[in-house]
Amino acid sequence: MSTMLSEALETTSIYLPVQAKILDVRPLTNMDKLFTIELPDGLNLNHRAGQFVEVSVFGVGEAPISISSSPSRSNGSFELSIRKVGDLTSVLHNLRAGDTLGIRGPFGHGFPLERFRGKDILFTPGGMGLAPLRSLINQVLDERRSFGRVIILYGARNPSEMLFTDELQGWEDREDVELHLTVDRADENWKGNVGVITTLFPKIQVYAPNTIGIVCGPPVMYRFVLMEMLGLGIRDGNIWMDLERRMKCGVGKCGHCQINHIYTCQDGPCFSYAQIKHLEEAL
Amino acid sequence: MSLRTMPKAALPDWIEYLVADYHLIGPRPVNGHFSFDEVHSASEIDLDYTTTILPPKKVLTPPREELVRFEKDGKKAEASFDERPTVIFGMHTCDLHAISLLDQAFSRGYPDQNYLTRRRNTTIISIECLTPCTEHAFCKDMGTLSVPDNFDLHLTDLGSVYAIDIGSPKGATLLEGVETIQEPSEQEYRRLSRVMSNKWSRFPYRLEVDITELPSLLTISYKSSLWDDLGKQCLACGMCTLVCPTCYCFDVIDEIDLSLDSGARYRVWDSCQLNQFATVAGGHNFRASRGARQRHRFMRKYKYQSLAPGLLGCVGCGRCGSTCLVGITPVGVLNKLSQRRVGLAQGRQEVVNQ
Repeated sequence: MSTMLSEALETTSIYLPVQAKILDVRPLTNMDKLFTIELPDGLNLNHRAGQFVEVSVFGVGEAPISISSSPSRSNGSFELSIRKVGDLTSVLHNLRAGDTLGIRGPFGHGFPLERFRGKDILFTPGGMGLAPLRSLINQVLDERRSFGRVIILYGARNPSEMLFTDELQGWEDREDVELHLTVDRADENWKGNVGVITTLFPKIQVYAPNTIGIVCGPPVMYRFVLMEMLGLGIRDGNIWMDLERRMKCGVGKCGHCQINHIYTCQDGPCFSYAQIKHLEEAL
Repeated sequence: MSLRTMPKAALPDWIEYLVADYHLIGPRPVNGHFSFDEVHSASEIDLDYTTTILPPKKVLTPPREELVRFEKDGKKAEASFDERPTVIFGMHTCDLHAISLLDQAFSRGYPDQNYLTRRRNTTIISIECLTPCTEHAFCKDMGTLSVPDNFDLHLTDLGSVYAIDIGSPKGATLLEGVETIQEPSEQEYRRLSRVMSNKWSRFPYRLEVDITELPSLLTISYKSSLWDDLGKQCLACGMCTLVCPTCYCFDVIDEIDLSLDSGARYRVWDSCQLNQFATVAGGHNFRASRGARQRHRFMRKYKYQSLAPGLLGCVGCGRCGSTCLVGITPVGVLNKLSQRRVGLAQGRQEVVNQ
């Protein structure tokens, strides 16, 4: 078995990234690109869905980016979906296949997939929240028979901001996936639901005791989706959230990602509602 | 481990001896204040100093520290480590307690090799505090008026001699071949005992609450209106965390050399009191109000840190209180929370909401 990157980091410096090679860059929207990345020296990322890496360009900086590809589809590489929102991501958007970027990780706990087997899974990605959840969705689909129903409610601000539209079409076409899409603002070609993601909940019915709810999206979204899930009767311990914070160092030191006493980068970023409902700063 | 003595008159020679082999850091008078700086002779050091402007954390995790040196194309990148043998001379016991917390923070989970390398190469000579430093110090309340067990050498002023407690082999190394070191006489043992018992009454208690109750006091005070009051006063300048011996939060920045070909990644001190501290890409700020940020600071000092490494996050040095431009002090805040709790227990809602 090849060496894991996380082990390699501990032998030198936890802050020294390896230089990984970009195999492919594919535009997803006007603002988002999907990078396929290969680690050097046969290193293996060995990630779980829900984990993240620290991505850096020397001279510009470093930022946490969730891993978009499923562990079940690694093939020696992994994918990052990156939105152009700042200095670092602007530079990243100018990189091409063959270029290198710095990688540290993977960090945090991913989702506890073993606890999801045999259950119905309700995914509720909002906007860029599909980037991390795509990893878990594809892993579930690659083991489709181990799970019950797969329901995906996906909301974006407008149709042009929808990520992975080809894959959405693939999920739409599958008989064993229930996909519902919505946009906050429609354009002239949009035929589907218009409204925030919570407007999709009346369209579904679930058997709550056997349902796992998964939430990832912009900060404002969690509270409202949580209310809907609790309203469906899904148990606190069965609602899982992938939380966003400024996870600058990734190794539980720098302090930026603290939610009360918890370090999101190490204790999360995936938490069940039962784990965080007593934390005043969580949602 | 074992006790020795050294005549005070022999101190300059010992310091000179240390300077030959070590990067020596000691308390130095600077413009009416004191600062831990590099020193080259005993005459630069004042062991009767009061609390330094910055705590000795600045030696172990400097305000600006190179983590990685790189060529911009990424073809070469190396971790940077500071392995200079260093001695920190004359550290007060509150600051040494703070180092215990830093040691835990940087070694648990992922070991921080940058900190740990520097720490491994640093020998600490602490000194017994015999008089209070400032009116803001509350070391007696915080239990930091006595030396913790992580010193290498510990000095106590006995008048004409220093008692030197040897706490580690690393400390013993600093005394090797020093001829002025003696076995303490029976009289010196007694003198030490007298000095140690006399010091206590000189230090006042300032807190109205016992420190073992602080985590629970902070827990019940989470929704206190006091945080909003502090938020209205606070200038969000971040001075309180800069001068705090147990604050170690940092940011990481890249800088490019003038050649534009190479550069370095630096760790720089950051502060949870600054507006952007908890802001993520896209602009959402998870701790947008000053009140919430002050609350986070106090929660971290007196509750959160005790949940993680089992040590309170405050050593009672008083630096934050004496530095704050608007007079926010830990003693003031904790006592106010304690008074409001008493009000709460007596059902006097008006006191709680004041």
